[in-house]
Amino acid sequence: MKQFLCAVAVFCATLPLSAQSTWPENGVFDERSGAYAFTHATIVVDTSTTYTDATMVIRDGIIVSVGTNATIPADAVVVDLQGKYVYPSFIDADADYGLPKKENPSQKGPQLLNNNEQAVSWNQAITPEFQAYTQFSPDDEQAKQFRQSGIGLVLTHRHDGIMRGTGALVFVHDLPARDAILSERVSTHYALRKGSSTQDYPSSQMGSIALIRQTLYDADWYAKGGSAEETNISLEAIVSGRQLIPIFDAKDKLEVLRADQIGNEFNIPFVIKGSGNEYQRVQEIAATGASLIIPVNYPKTPDITDPYDAQLLPLADLKEWEMAPANAAYLADAHIRFCFTSNGLEDKSQYLPAVRKAVQYGLSEKEALAALTITPAGILGIQNQAGSLQKGRIANFLITSGNLFNKETVLYENWVDGHRYILKNAPEEHRGLYALQVGNSTYGLLIKGSAAAPVFQILKNTDTLSANGSITDQGISLQFTDNAMLYRLSGWKSDKNFAGRGQMNENWIEWSATFANVYMEKPAQATTDSIHIGEVVYPFSSFGWTTPPQQQNILITNATVWTNEKAGVLKNTDVLIGNGKILQVGKNISAKNALVIDGTGKHVTAGIIDEHSHIAVTDGVNEGTQSSSAEVRMGDVIDCDDINIYRQLSGGVTTAHILHGSANPVGGQTQLIKLRWGLTPEEMKFEGWPGFIKFALGENVKQSNWGDESVIRFPQTRMGVEQVYADIFTRAQEYALAKKDPKNLVRTDLELEAIAEILEGKRFITCHSYVQSEINMLMNLADTFGFTVNTFTHILEGYKVADKMKMHGAGASSFSDWWAYKFEVYDAIPQNAGLLHDAGVITALNSDDAEMARRLNQEAAKTIKYSGISEEEALKMVTLNPAKLLHIDDRTGSIKEGKDADIVLWSDNPLSIYAMAEKTIIDGRIYFDRSQQSALLEADAIERDRIIKKMMADKVNGAVTIPVSTTPKREYDCEDVGDFVKGE
Amino acid sequence: MHAQQVPYVITGGTLHIGDGTIIENGLLIVHNQIIEYAGPMKETSYDANTASIIDATGKHVYPGLIGLTSELGLKEISAVRATNDIYEVGVFNPNIRSLIAYNTDSKVIPTVRSNGVLLAQPVPNGGIISGQSSVMKLSGWNWEDAVVATDGNMHMHWPDVYRYNWGTGTYSINPDYTKEVEEIKAFFAEAKAYCAIQNHTEKNLRFEAMHKVLNTEQKLYIQTNAAKGIIGAVDFAQTFGLQIVIVGGRQSYQVLDLLKQHQIPVLLECTHELPAFDGDPIDLPYTLPILLQKAGIVCGLTINNEDASYWNLRNLPFQAGAVVPYGMNKEDALRMVTLNNAKIAGIDNRFGTLTTGKSATLFISEGDALDMRTNQLSYIFIEGERIKPENWQDEQERKYQLKYGITPRN
Repeated sequence: MKQFLCAVAVFCATLPLSAQSTWPENGVFDERSGAYAFTHATIVVDTSTTYTDATMVIRDGIIVSVGTNATIPADAVVVDLQGKYVYPSFIDADADYGLPKKENPSQKGPQLLNNNEQAVSWNQAITPEFQAYTQFSPDDEQAKQFRQSGIGLVLTHRHDGIMRGTGALVFVHDLPARDAILSERVSTHYALRKGSSTQDYPSSQMGSIALIRQTLYDADWYAKGGSAEETNISLEAIVSGRQLIPIFDAKDKLEVLRADQIGNEFNIPFVIKGSGNEYQRVQEIAATGASLIIPVNYPKTPDITDPYDAQLLPLADLKEWEMAPANAAYLADAHIRFCFTSNGLEDKSQYLPAVRKAVQYGLSEKEALAALTITPAGILGIQNQAGSLQKGRIANFLITSGNLFNKETVLYENWVDGHRYILKNAPEEHRGLYALQVGNSTYGLLIKGSAAAPVFQILKNTDTLSANGSITDQGISLQFTDNAMLYRLSGWKSDKNFAGRGQMNENWIEWSATFANVYMEKPAQATTDSIHIGEVVYPFSSFGWTTPPQQQNILITNATVWTNEKAGVLKNTDVLIGNGKILQVGKNISAKNALVIDGTGKHVTAGIIDEHSHIAVTDGVNEGTQSSSAEVRMGDVIDCDDINIYRQLSGGVTTAHILHGSANPVGGQTQLIKLRWGLTPEEMKFEGWPGFIKFALGENVKQSNWGDESVIRFPQTRMGVEQVYADIFTRAQEYALAKKDPKNLVRTDLELEAIAEILEGKRFITCHSYVQSEINMLMNLADTFGFTVNTFTHILEGYKVADKMKMHGAGASSFSDWWAYKFEVYDAIPQNAGLLHDAGVITALNSDDAEMARRLNQEAAKTIKYSGISEEEALKMVTLNPAKLLHIDDRTGSIKEGKDADIVLWSDNPLSIYAMAEKTIIDGRIYFDRSQQSALLEADAIERDRIIKKMMADKVNGAVTIPVSTTPKREYDCEDVGDFVKGE
Repeated sequence: MHAQQVPYVITGGTLHIGDGTIIENGLLIVHNQIIEYAGPMKETSYDANTASIIDATGKHVYPGLIGLTSELGLKEISAVRATNDIYEVGVFNPNIRSLIAYNTDSKVIPTVRSNGVLLAQPVPNGGIISGQSSVMKLSGWNWEDAVVATDGNMHMHWPDVYRYNWGTGTYSINPDYTKEVEEIKAFFAEAKAYCAIQNHTEKNLRFEAMHKVLNTEQKLYIQTNAAKGIIGAVDFAQTFGLQIVIVGGRQSYQVLDLLKQHQIPVLLECTHELPAFDGDPIDLPYTLPILLQKAGIVCGLTINNEDASYWNLRNLPFQAGAVVPYGMNKEDALRMVTLNNAKIAGIDNRFGTLTTGKSATLFISEGDALDMRTNQLSYIFIEGERIKPENWQDEQERKYQLKYGITPRN
């Protein structure tokens, strides 16, 4: 049967005339009605209707009646399903069934453009024109696996690339493709990984996101008239696929949120294929309103027997092992619409067991059944065709031995589109008590055990004799010994009884067994083991919170307060904070309802601001595959789970400027975050902050140290770098001008938008730079185009052009003492920051390093050593000065009434090597408290131990374990240029 | 170079001996390359007319800090391959000697020296046995002139117990660990057999270079971080009767008893690092030396991470000082980078403390040398030779101060 699904959720009520085929038949045509009547069954029509002792009639692959008083047509084959259950078969919305496997060719050296020279997208990972149904060819081996797991219908698409093309709904039977395809074009598919693409761009997740956004804008333009300018099969496909169901493959809970944001921008209601860890951010995911497709490939049990090896596993891995089966229950509790997929399971026979495990972990059976049947049907817009067993639905159903969610229940048959597939033969029932007559002797015969594997016992008076036997289609065979007589019997079934001949020792005898009574199974002991799992912590990491810290009124008394204001350093001073702001600084402040912290002997400063950081980033900090990647945004890929956020809080850092790396002259748009540990990426973003963008000069952008193959991408010299800028700013000017006239059809160009914002003074530059020549170049260029370079970062030769920088109005954010690691820093001196400062340039010190960021106060103190800077001015280099450079000094950077309560309590003079941050407060919330460390460590240790014991029990109970292994988060610096989005 | 004959008499300073003790208002006399006296102020027999008197009242005197397992002098600019003499080809290279490539004219050396690091041990890298190191003083015309302990130690990498796979991004148990350990044992067994006979007619230079390790004249530095790696290395050392130093030792706190039992010192490669595991205490890199010290294990500290153990060696005093707030006293922190490092290098008979009779390799700082605010060197003596505590970076600063009309503060 084949229908064309023209739009979402449209049910084609007209059934085709039967069997009109364009294909000739080799022999006599063999048309059958396929009429079957299934009787006496328990029929689970859908999640709310179940009939017992009911009948279902199908014909031509369609359910024609179902109920307790359905009429059985005369021409129907009658199948008695006494004691058995009928369920709708499962629908899998994330398969790649029957599609050619994509090779992963390797590419040597840079590849800047698509190597497909047809009129398609410039990017090899953008293949919306790929239509799964055109390449679909049934694969019986795969189909069988689906059927064995209870699946009858799948949405198949090619799991390759970022825009993957359309998916088709196909039956997993063994008929030809023309009959297997239910709907040709159902869905369009997106992902953040570029699959088999050998093209360099994108190499980061932010690049993938930018590529999707730009392509969608391009499609808009194409539809509005851009097609007159170029023929583009890919864009055409996007436009023509707008009515299809958009599905986004998210590999992590945070990717679910990112996909949703892209959807919001383009008004695309993505269905999101999840990864199984959605429970870790379930509220935020619920708020997206997206429907989810979730896998059930729970983590395998690691072999934690060796305590040293077990240390490899972070707490998050342990907790994930424990909690993953509860994912579905969490989603259901949060009222998220979701369905299951078998994708991700190495062995599809584990699909139903895994779903049953989700039920064990708190998902109701009703919800589980919905997630296998009617919900995927609904998500795919075919709820009037499949997913339930109402009259008129496709005859896709399962025959089972009992309730689907009982562990012992066996799937006997999977009917796909009216075609029968036997998964496992239902064993005949022979169990019971029989009167056994063997020759002249009389016994009782008890057949017990299970129907599939019966166990035989001979009853003699009050004794029980053991016996061996088997019952097959060929008959019964039974052996036992009594009174030194060996009985070897063979026979046949007749009605409910057995009869036959056999030998008693050497003599042939007759025997019979007459059914006397049914076998009563002892009711299975109800399992009382309730499953206890730990709590979700935020973030899902060591040192995570069950509840993030609350805003409170805090009074720090009698401390040395480094105001960074005219008042200077105030001794024996109190600081009162409330509502997330600094309320009062002075002596003898009294406050009601405030947490009082004795600051005697301690120091209070504004929170440290790291102008140059690469922490908390998912999958790649550089999109250095093009000379400009102004379109990418760090804000798209903030990873709120990075442990380095917490570690930096322990060094007094409250705000970090997350930068793109330095692999190209124009890097990406940066993101300022407050280190609100435990909150979401969106909640960490610094509110109301003007945008910045990373630029870079020198060896990195000309790929000097990338090896001999990297000599292709422009630019390769500092001379070329200037031209990259001259070109992009020229184009941005023209772009902005063109946009002013509404008559122009201007293709939205995310790259030029960002550059145009610089020209309009709405976006600021922080530029990675080292040597004086290139610093001068950029300032000259900026003067020509009428903007100011806000910040030069690193700027190790800034001391050579400090006067020019001052004149231009640029600030500096430098390293305290790094040098000699490459040629362009061979003239770097630790007196650089001091010289810049003395020359009147606003100067900050930054980390560019997750470790150094924990001790930026000490880096600031080095200016005292190397340049004789005063302690107050030194501290400003990591607080007030970066705040000024980032245009947030109205909110942070000093201890002043009305500013944000982002403050640090230090054990000692903050510029001393002997000082430790004791408390780090952001918005009046204590995010780090050193006095709580041992309690937190102990809590983590107890939680680890609890889960490890469960793993140990699992191993002892025979679970197959895998060697310990973990996938740690990457720590990035400027120069990380790997490809982080390769593969599926 | 001629050693000075005129004694330098340093009076009134606080002597930080380097063994954990301190002498306030001390006296220290430098004469003929050695410390003629170090102790409390007393009447002495120097000739006030010929001696050069240095009033160190309010100042601090320290033994020269020792930077072990470093790249100093072997590397000038990390990213410029031509300036790197670190990695040699080969798996077992005991015959490689670091001092050969040591460049006394490296621009980096004076910048390290200015912060109080006066001795360094450049080491070769690569392979399993990387080769032998010498200890160099951070002055001298050429390597022959600069070396203070020739070919004193041998350096080896222990196989990884756990391995990071860059392709998959996973960190897991190294399946080849046992095999790799067996390869090391086989090499040592063959070397031992070879060394049992003198005067081979056909010499094997690799095995010839193994004599001193096998007869414990040289210490074998074994680089390993995992607890299981340390256990394996100690077992291996017992098998062959070797004197070893555990280098790295991030998880050494988990095998304290074992290290204590065999009296094996640990050389930590830095305190400025992140904990190895997400769930580790956030301050573990700082508390680790304290855990070792409390267990009675000799714990040295150097800077050998992040591909920067040459220029970054100037931060050695601060990486030691950084331990103090976590519970180590300042003099013990100093001892890690002076006496303990000297012991680990096998040069503690001549260096590592301000002790009468030891080499006059020391410096005077205006204040606490472990705190960057007060690490201001006014005098440096290396083997009795007085060296200016300045370097080209100070000159560069002055040049640009002049350009901008900035008045120098100090």
